Amino acid sequence: MEAYLDNSATTQIDVQVLERMERVYREDFGNPSSRHKKGLEAERYVKIAREEISATLKCNPEEILFTSGGTESNNTALLGVAYANCRRGMHIVTTAFEHASVYEPLCFLEQQGFRITYLKPDLDGSVSAEAVKNALCPDTILVSVMAVNNEVGAVMDFEAIGREVKAFNPEIVYHVDAIQAYGKLRIYPKRQNIDLLSVSAHKLHGPKGCGFLFIREKTKIKPLLYGGGQQKGMRSGTENVPGIAGMGLAAKLASEQLLLNAEWLYELKEHFANELETVEGSVIHLVDEEDGTKCPQKLRTERLRRLAPHIMSVGFFGVRAEVLLHALEEKGIYVSSGSACSSNHPAISGTLKAIDANQDLLDATVRFSFCKDTTKEELSYTAEVLRQLLPLLRRFRRK
Amino acid sequence: MYKAFLVKYGEIGLKGSNRHIFENALRDRVQEKLAPLGSYKVVREQGRIFVECPEGYDYEDTVEALGQVFGVSGFCPVEVIETTEWDTVVQAVCEFVEKTYEKKNFTFKVAAKRADKHYPIESPVICAKLGEALLERFPELSVDVHSPQEVITVEIRNRAYVYSVALLGPGGMPVGTAGKAMLLLSGGIDSPVAGYMISKRGVQIDATYFHAPPYTSERAKEKVVDLARIISRYTGPIRLHVVNFTDIQLAIYEKCPHEELTIIMRRYMMRIAEHFAKENDCLGLITGESIGQVASQTMQSLLTTNAVCELPVFRPLIGMDKVEIVEIAKKIGSFETSILPFEDCCTIFVAKHPVTKPILSAIEKSETLLSEVIEELVKQAIETTETIEVRA
Repeated sequence: MEAYLDNSATTQIDVQVLERMERVYREDFGNPSSRHKKGLEAERYVKIAREEISATLKCNPEEILFTSGGTESNNTALLGVAYANCRRGMHIVTTAFEHASVYEPLCFLEQQGFRITYLKPDLDGSVSAEAVKNALCPDTILVSVMAVNNEVGAVMDFEAIGREVKAFNPEIVYHVDAIQAYGKLRIYPKRQNIDLLSVSAHKLHGPKGCGFLFIREKTKIKPLLYGGGQQKGMRSGTENVPGIAGMGLAAKLASEQLLLNAEWLYELKEHFANELETVEGSVIHLVDEEDGTKCPQKLRTERLRRLAPHIMSVGFFGVRAEVLLHALEEKGIYVSSGSACSSNHPAISGTLKAIDANQDLLDATVRFSFCKDTTKEELSYTAEVLRQLLPLLRRFRRK
Repeated sequence: MYKAFLVKYGEIGLKGSNRHIFENALRDRVQEKLAPLGSYKVVREQGRIFVECPEGYDYEDTVEALGQVFGVSGFCPVEVIETTEWDTVVQAVCEFVEKTYEKKNFTFKVAAKRADKHYPIESPVICAKLGEALLERFPELSVDVHSPQEVITVEIRNRAYVYSVALLGPGGMPVGTAGKAMLLLSGGIDSPVAGYMISKRGVQIDATYFHAPPYTSERAKEKVVDLARIISRYTGPIRLHVVNFTDIQLAIYEKCPHEELTIIMRRYMMRIAEHFAKENDCLGLITGESIGQVASQTMQSLLTTNAVCELPVFRPLIGMDKVEIVEIAKKIGSFETSILPFEDCCTIFVAKHPVTKPILSAIEKSETLLSEVIEELVKQAIETTETIEVRA
């Protein structure tokens, strides 16, 4: 049996999405900037995708900027806003557990003289609107918050944060990194005071190398890439038409099935949590107690539902995450230790430290992330494999 | 563009009546190395190897390839002149100097070889006349017949050849002239260098790698395959034996004193590598050990691991410092891959304070603790070994 439980790293592409992309690659391969019919055909795909995506966010099609993925969306948002607004102020507020594609551009800006405030999350893994409000200064130009933490699945109250930010100063640009959230939670940027929203296509059964940034009209922002002036000069470079076409459909499908999918994902979570009851020495972060005490069932459901529908971060006493990951891999089960994007760094998860996870679990936590196609059988199989493997792995550890 | 290369070999020239064996091997290795790049004509003639390049060949690729053939001590890009008609030769020699040297302010002499003894001009006269012509064309040049900075060599055969600068080859002996040996290859810096150094003496290489899933990852294995591929640019194709060592390692971990884990593990690695060595007609084992580098490479440890082998163990790095090894690793291109951070099976269960001065009899006694299981485990490890043919 095979169980791909690393859907927060990437997802398998949807067949319909692939079909649409193939048609673009094979037949309608023109450059949207070309004046001839082939160009027009290609442009149509881009236009349709723009409409499909804007419909999911209830925004204007013109407010969608196509990018090469989540990293570019985040970089464009942060650097673009910083450079366009630096005369007004040099202060930026963010959280202490952002993804590297937010954290690193902010480090770069810090070197350029910007002042960054990193807010530590509360024990529930989220940053409160109150904390953000207290961090705002007269010279704050940008607030950047991750909607769903990619390591533990904690959900930020980004709507409340948006309200506080705009109440303090409507000129502050509010950016939400929704790479783990889009397609899982309803997001309506206009209603929720969000100016910029980053999304990546391959997290929602779309293609890799493609993403978008919602940019609310009249937001002061500068481009990252200069050149042929595509996308109204905001992002030069020939549009990735097949990717964009695929992403449009992927976004549409994810949005249409959002509630249904979310319900299924929570059901899967509940099922897996039940299975984990009998996996000795396991701790679901932000659900179970960090000393290993299991959460009573009723409270558990409530806690599970407070987290994002697709992410479960589980610690296992007495094993190293890396070893467990490879042992599961041998059984056809694919998970990640920490966040897959940064798994190459042996650094211990900052998020786990922030939520006060048990010291012994910092290097012993794996992330299971589900998608709509995940089955209960796969999760039962995974739990069964864990029951077999853990006692073996626990026999051998570094002395 | 130069039309040919003259390949020089140092040490082979000193061989006696079996010299042709080495020369033929070198010719074959050069031919094999260049084959993927095009149809080069490689011929052995009068104490040297001559490589004629095909139309439109890639100079950089060819130079790189020749620089990776053991046995090549140096090689000169050669200008080939289709006719030996004197004015054409003069013209061609001037053009050769023009394109070969950016600055023309060196001292030189012309050396002439007249293989075609019917050629109307004698060698000393060729030298003098060509020297004159070059001085006239490039006034900044000056002649120094005793210790010139550059020697411009002109050979008159059925065609004429001009060459001067020699590019450095790796030296050594052509692979295949000295039998085969089994390299214990890890993901580290040392073992690829050790394999390179032994192969440089003409030895064909097989390799054995020990992996320990799930404690070592698939990527760690991939890295070792990459390393084998890098050194195979020099050694030629390598048969890589990938041994699953997990169960043996766990058995040692459970039954033997913890501080002896590494040394006992190494003894089993040597035993298994030797098994594959013998099975593949290898005449020795190769390791990247260097005295005192780590606990398992002290004199006492080397004695203890050496004791399980019947075949000789070649340790070309034995007297080298890490910095010297790193220098070679960088030169041969394995360093960047070696330092990728994947755990290898030597480090996963390593004791905080491993024995540094093991006593052979004590280690042998500890190993008896394994006697119930080890034979079967070794047999299984050998049976489940995966063999990968690696070529550059």
